[in-house]
Amino acid sequence: MEYLLPIRPALAVAVSLIAAGIILCLHNRPNIRDAVSVVASVIKFFIVISMASMVLAGNTIDLVLFEVLPGVDFAFRVDALGMVFATVSSLLWILASIYCIGYMRSQNEKNQTRFYASFAVSLSAAVGGAFAANLFTLVIFYEVLSLVTYPLVYHKENKESWNGSKRYIVYLVGASKSILLAALALTYQLTDSFDFMPQGLLNNVDASAGILTIVYFCYLFGFAKAAIMPFHAWLPAAMVAPTPVSALLHAVAVVKMGVFCILRVIFHVFGVNLMSTLGLGIITAYLVSFTIVTASIYALTRDDLKARLAYSTVSQLSYIILGAALLTPMAAIGGIAHIAAHALSKITLFFCAGSIYCASQRKKISDLSGIGKRLPLTMLAFFIGSLGMIGIPPTGGFISKWYLVVGSVDAGQMALLAVLLVSTLLNAAYFLPVSYRAFFESEKTPPDKSLVAANEIRETPMIAVPLLITALLSLILGLNPDYFLDLANNLVEQEFVVGSLVTGEKMP
Amino acid sequence: MTISFITELPVLSILIFLPAIAVLFVPFLPSNHAVRWFTFSILMIDFLIATLLLVSFDNSTAQMQFVESRSWVPSLGISYKLGIDGVSVLFLFLTALLGWICVLASWNAIAKRLKEFMACLLAIQSLMLGVFCALDLFLFYVFWEAMLVPMYLIIGIWGGNNRIYAAFKFFLYTLAGSLLFLVGILVLYFEGGRTFDILALMDISYELNLQKWVFVSFLIAFAVKVPMVPMHTWLPDAHVQAPTAGSIILAGVLLKMGAYGFIRFSLPILPDASHYFAELMQILSAVAIVYGGLLALAQKDIKKLIAYSSISHMGFITLGLFTFTSNGITGAVLQMFNHGITTGALFLFIGLVYERTHSRDIPAYGGMIKAMPLYGIFLSIFLLASMAVPGTNGFVGEILVLSGTFGVNNWAASAGVLGALIAAAYLLGLYRQMLLGPIRIPGAAKVWDLNKRELCCALPLLIFVFWFGLYPKPFLNILRPTLTNLLEQTLGAGL
Repeated sequence: MEYLLPIRPALAVAVSLIAAGIILCLHNRPNIRDAVSVVASVIKFFIVISMASMVLAGNTIDLVLFEVLPGVDFAFRVDALGMVFATVSSLLWILASIYCIGYMRSQNEKNQTRFYASFAVSLSAAVGGAFAANLFTLVIFYEVLSLVTYPLVYHKENKESWNGSKRYIVYLVGASKSILLAALALTYQLTDSFDFMPQGLLNNVDASAGILTIVYFCYLFGFAKAAIMPFHAWLPAAMVAPTPVSALLHAVAVVKMGVFCILRVIFHVFGVNLMSTLGLGIITAYLVSFTIVTASIYALTRDDLKARLAYSTVSQLSYIILGAALLTPMAAIGGIAHIAAHALSKITLFFCAGSIYCASQRKKISDLSGIGKRLPLTMLAFFIGSLGMIGIPPTGGFISKWYLVVGSVDAGQMALLAVLLVSTLLNAAYFLPVSYRAFFESEKTPPDKSLVAANEIRETPMIAVPLLITALLSLILGLNPDYFLDLANNLVEQEFVVGSLVTGEKMP
Repeated sequence: MTISFITELPVLSILIFLPAIAVLFVPFLPSNHAVRWFTFSILMIDFLIATLLLVSFDNSTAQMQFVESRSWVPSLGISYKLGIDGVSVLFLFLTALLGWICVLASWNAIAKRLKEFMACLLAIQSLMLGVFCALDLFLFYVFWEAMLVPMYLIIGIWGGNNRIYAAFKFFLYTLAGSLLFLVGILVLYFEGGRTFDILALMDISYELNLQKWVFVSFLIAFAVKVPMVPMHTWLPDAHVQAPTAGSIILAGVLLKMGAYGFIRFSLPILPDASHYFAELMQILSAVAIVYGGLLALAQKDIKKLIAYSSISHMGFITLGLFTFTSNGITGAVLQMFNHGITTGALFLFIGLVYERTHSRDIPAYGGMIKAMPLYGIFLSIFLLASMAVPGTNGFVGEILVLSGTFGVNNWAASAGVLGALIAAAYLLGLYRQMLLGPIRIPGAAKVWDLNKRELCCALPLLIFVFWFGLYPKPFLNILRPTLTNLLEQTLGAGL
């Protein structure tokens, strides 16, 4: 078991980079190329999961590659928080790469080699970010992720994707090249370091509250991948990408990278203590609550299925940040568990949207009447995914929402409790009608001739199998969430050691 | 690591005068092809010597190294004195690197008077290396002024349609600055005990009022070179008209001379005035960053866009220098090197595509990454480096400059951040318009992609983009003693 242990974080990152290289070389052998993608994803997952036992035991795996600047290394550290993100994204890459094969081939997409190579590099960047030991390393992977997903968003190379990809890159790079840059420069000026520290890098720094508050908000909005309003508009724009991209990257890897960065900032750059002293936790909580509710209302008004899912993602990402921002152990566990819960449910929903599109060319919810008869497996999975989003047992979403609710009661924030409840209702209001329409309304062929006639719609096995697996996984997560809860507990035990903040006490 | 034999040879003189002597042989070479190979080999040898200097440089001391000193005009206190510290060794290396790249970039691009062109390249190389080595103010001034002539010829003879105008403008601006520089030098000379020895001048403490006047005269000379707003208007014209090699030298090395002047003269010799004018310099830099960026945003001509972006990027350098913080100055010097690499590469790549399309009009392009994949990938990386994306060389310099500036002048630092955002806007815009979308240039196809010669130019630049972006430590080690010493000289007197 100890084999190559010290360099496993680097291996986990390298696997998909190497795979990308091989994929590029195999551009005229599509079958082998696609197999490489699947094999690499399996290897990557096993490398990641092989480090889990160490991390669950409370250890970290540290790997310093080289020194960049004085006090700044290019370094990896595998800890509990990173493990959650890495596990989720590498596990779902396996399913997504199988799904991709079915989807891309049934759509006869061009530039598939570029697609698979970019996809593989994105996963390297996501896992690299998860294992980054400091802000410098994290930001490198963060930017790589923005840049390699750009060709994926622009994949179709038409007018629509030209505009969508523009908005995508302008938001992501614009935010990171301005406010995030300022936050990083200020952090380096204050501490001469970028290292993540338990209890926070800035915790004991000698600086005025005003400066620290500015730095905090620069981080909060600079990591625009977290899609906190008003920096959310790139996410619906990114929906012009092929559905597997929306599924794995814009429901899991990319957006979770943003949220992950913010959790890192809250726990390991500022630290629980400083966050509560400055009162930043509660401001953040209210800020993201606004996003939670508003994005849900947006979702309610969207007829395009992927757009509805995108706004739902905007809303759900803020749940995770809310969990961290409440600064109570229970809420933090809920937020971290929600990384996994949201990922599994949302990828299922996106897979379903892709399946519907492949089989019928339908994108609008109003065209889905009666489609449940033709695509029973897809729509069943969609229903399970919806339950996960709403947070109904026995899905993973229930567990994480439960912790969030308890956490907000712990924090004494009844208003935020109300936000959680209202948004649950809104979730139900925008997801359940889709299932209702699919199963209980009578089938009709829409007048639009470009859509496939109702009686010709069929499930594609390559597409149906991964989405059933992810639906099943979201149920399993609800029944046995221990892995993620243990990791979250691990983090909480480290960060909430100060007696005053442990359960049940109100924040100052 | 010290390699003994090079300390015994007058290695700096060899480095400087090898290209100058080679100029004499150029007229007797039999064919154009022979001229190309001859120039290339000479500059390659020069590059190897510069590399050797970098490798054998002792980075434990701030003393001048490889010093050569001979009396020249003893009655006037003029001597032939050469020597290098951590900053100059880095720029010798950059100059020597860009030297042979320029020859490769001009391989087929120069159609007329090839012999004369290559002679100019050799001559300017020699003079630029001289500027970075000179430890005597008079000698420095000789190199500094003489450098104008070959550059004037390169723009004026081998430039574009409006070359005469651009060459004159370049010449007049720089000459005007240089004359004031000469006045400043003479004041230092007469007030400082009639010596031109730069190291001796550093030890003299001039009175504040005198320092201020000399500072202003130096400032104008250096501000023209950098260029700082409002002395920048010669730059876009010169860049647009210059041939590719001219643009690379201009952006890569000549602009650095202004900043080098601040480091070599203004800060150590005039520390009190430097402090007195620091805030003004920070404001001017901030203005250059934002204004240069906005001008770049409005350009439709690729070369103009990169030229204005240079003004903005050079603003970061002067900003970092005049913060007098360790991070700021280190970042500024790194950024000088980075800008030479990145902007040199961008001008090279614009030249390469111009040879094929004869267009510098951004909207005329499109889809070049499809037509020329290798070219597209290289250009994308250099654009990202220019944008200072984390992982590339620009980011390290930028973060150091900004973290040095925050706390000293928060407004200037915020302007820097705004400048970074504007840079992202125009560079991403250029990237999208040129490389993505449908192919608009008739005839663009894979046969146009980079050939081996062009790859040889591009690869070393690419290596430095990532080397400085991820592992700048060896270079930081070389710089540290020199910059610490510089900071002590500046702060010691100023506080």
